[in-house]
Amino acid sequence: MKSKTVKGSRAARPGNSVLGKGAATAFLSPSLLFIGVFLLVPAFWTLFLGLTDYKLVGIEALNPSFIGLDNFAKALQDPQFLSSLKLTIVYVLGSAIFGQALLGFILAWVLNELSPRVRSAVELIVIFSWIVPGSVVAFLWFAFYNKEEGTLNAILGVNIDWLLDYPMLSIIIFNIWRGTAFSMLLFSAAIASIPKSHIEVARVAGASKMQQLRNIVLPSARSYILTNLLLITLWTFNDFGPYLLTGGGPGGQTQILPIFIYDSALRYLDFGYGSAIAAIMLLLNLILSLIVLRMSKKGKK
Amino acid sequence: MSFVSIEKITKVFPGGVRALDELDLEIQDGEFFALLGPSGCGKTTLLRTLGGLESSTSGKISFEGKDVTFLTPGARNIAMVFQDYALYPHMNVLENISYPLKVRKFSKEEIDKRVKQASEALSIEMLLDRKPGQISGGQQQRVAVARAMACTPSLYLFDEPLSNLDARLRLEARTFLKQLQRELGVTTILVTHDQSEALALADRMAVMDKGRIKQVGSPAEFFHKPANIFVASFIGSTPMNLLDGVVNDGKVVIGSMSFDIPAHAQNTARTGDKVVFGVRPEYVSLTSSPGSGIASGVVKVTENLGTHYLVTADCNGILVRGTAPDGSEPHMGDTVHLKPESVRTLLYNKTSEDLY
Repeated sequence: MKSKTVKGSRAARPGNSVLGKGAATAFLSPSLLFIGVFLLVPAFWTLFLGLTDYKLVGIEALNPSFIGLDNFAKALQDPQFLSSLKLTIVYVLGSAIFGQALLGFILAWVLNELSPRVRSAVELIVIFSWIVPGSVVAFLWFAFYNKEEGTLNAILGVNIDWLLDYPMLSIIIFNIWRGTAFSMLLFSAAIASIPKSHIEVARVAGASKMQQLRNIVLPSARSYILTNLLLITLWTFNDFGPYLLTGGGPGGQTQILPIFIYDSALRYLDFGYGSAIAAIMLLLNLILSLIVLRMSKKGKK
Repeated sequence: MSFVSIEKITKVFPGGVRALDELDLEIQDGEFFALLGPSGCGKTTLLRTLGGLESSTSGKISFEGKDVTFLTPGARNIAMVFQDYALYPHMNVLENISYPLKVRKFSKEEIDKRVKQASEALSIEMLLDRKPGQISGGQQQRVAVARAMACTPSLYLFDEPLSNLDARLRLEARTFLKQLQRELGVTTILVTHDQSEALALADRMAVMDKGRIKQVGSPAEFFHKPANIFVASFIGSTPMNLLDGVVNDGKVVIGSMSFDIPAHAQNTARTGDKVVFGVRPEYVSLTSSPGSGIASGVVKVTENLGTHYLVTADCNGILVRGTAPDGSEPHMGDTVHLKPESVRTLLYNKTSEDLY
């Protein structure tokens, strides 16, 4: 009896797995195989392609040659790439940080005050915008923004071709509409995780709603906020959705990086250059993630 | 004049649960008052209504004669200590204690002075730069009390502040809370489900059930003269003997046993009344021979309570509990004769459930 309990406690300690290394490896290997084949290999293949002049047609398609960092040097001098990077930053700041995160938090904060029934009804509606397939959403917004028969013009009583005259604003609003549900849900969970008594101590002290928000809610939700900002920044950075609305146009005004990569690689068939831009994006994503992780670690200390 | 005055307070939650039912209560200035009751009896709702965290459906609350029924919590000049202490994990102890003072816009010198006073009174001055996660449960509890104290409120509301501490620490914290309340002399209302805590701490207390107050009085009154069957069965570390019987010719007849009518009921209990005869096991002792006013039976269980044993005997199908001193306890299967101390017996009306 006694030896049994000792054995059990030893097995529970990390490093001494219950299954043994062989069985654990066997269980993990299918998923590792798939991750390797479909995620890691293409990623490294992209990195490698970025160092070549590989094209889909022509002589280089048959016999690509290794050109080192030429593609990267080209990118840094390419005005189209630099403008695309700038557009991406505007798109991320506008639709993710100021749009989804801010609006999502306001929604979560306001919903928290309402009755549970109203809350779940609103949440259901908002989540709907998130679960509808992207192509369907794009079609809906195409109809919404249409100049002749569009809903938006009908509501405002104007006659504007939104996607032509305000393309960046249009895709930013489109992405806010599409992604706010996620931030709202995450922030709702964050606010719900704050013990009621924490707010009540502030109420008894006479703190206003704004003081409760600033002093209690925001610091308590800090790690949720950072996680959310990281996720939506990465998603928006890599978002290809606007292509469905504008195709990157007019005149490259909405040609954010994912669209630029698509155009370079698949429209102009320059795989090497497209891969190099993708590698730069990967690097930017990594830097962003590291900054946020560092920040959340600091908060925990 | 009473400090807190509660008149016909009713609280109905959405969904129809009646947490407080036309409840009246007066609490005196400087009193340590305990609200005791089983879970769901409405004691916490009453405390939160006093604090303004819940609004009452109807009724009136006044502090020092001033109507506060519709005031916000911040305008009531109270401080609350919660069961989970509600310390902010992102602030250190110093910031936690000074937070309510900052909200109330005290000057920096005043805040420093008060934090120093409170933390010295609770001997936590060496913890000021720690985060709540880095100190023990007992220390967290002290910080929570210090935060309440630094506000110098006119009323403390304690919502089970000791129930998260382990047994030994709880006893220490209890003594210390009582001492602190004496020194500060501020009216304090404590909610607890632990009767020994209420009996030990309170000057006066109330037992609640289903949104109503069943009895208000001093701890001694509760122990010796529970006003009704509910309180009688609720109060006491060992359950009171409550035996169904009938009054017949100056005696209380319970099965084949009969006892003298308790002194307090001699003029009011009439022949034929259905009654409940109550006596605490602590006041039932073993005697050598059977007779009138003595319950004889076979020992079913003996429980060691330290200085004495709790003896449960089967007296012709009726279970009677008494106590025997350590060392002279009977054994299972022995025949014993249990004699209640006649001045300690109580008689309740079976229909109204109230004390005669």
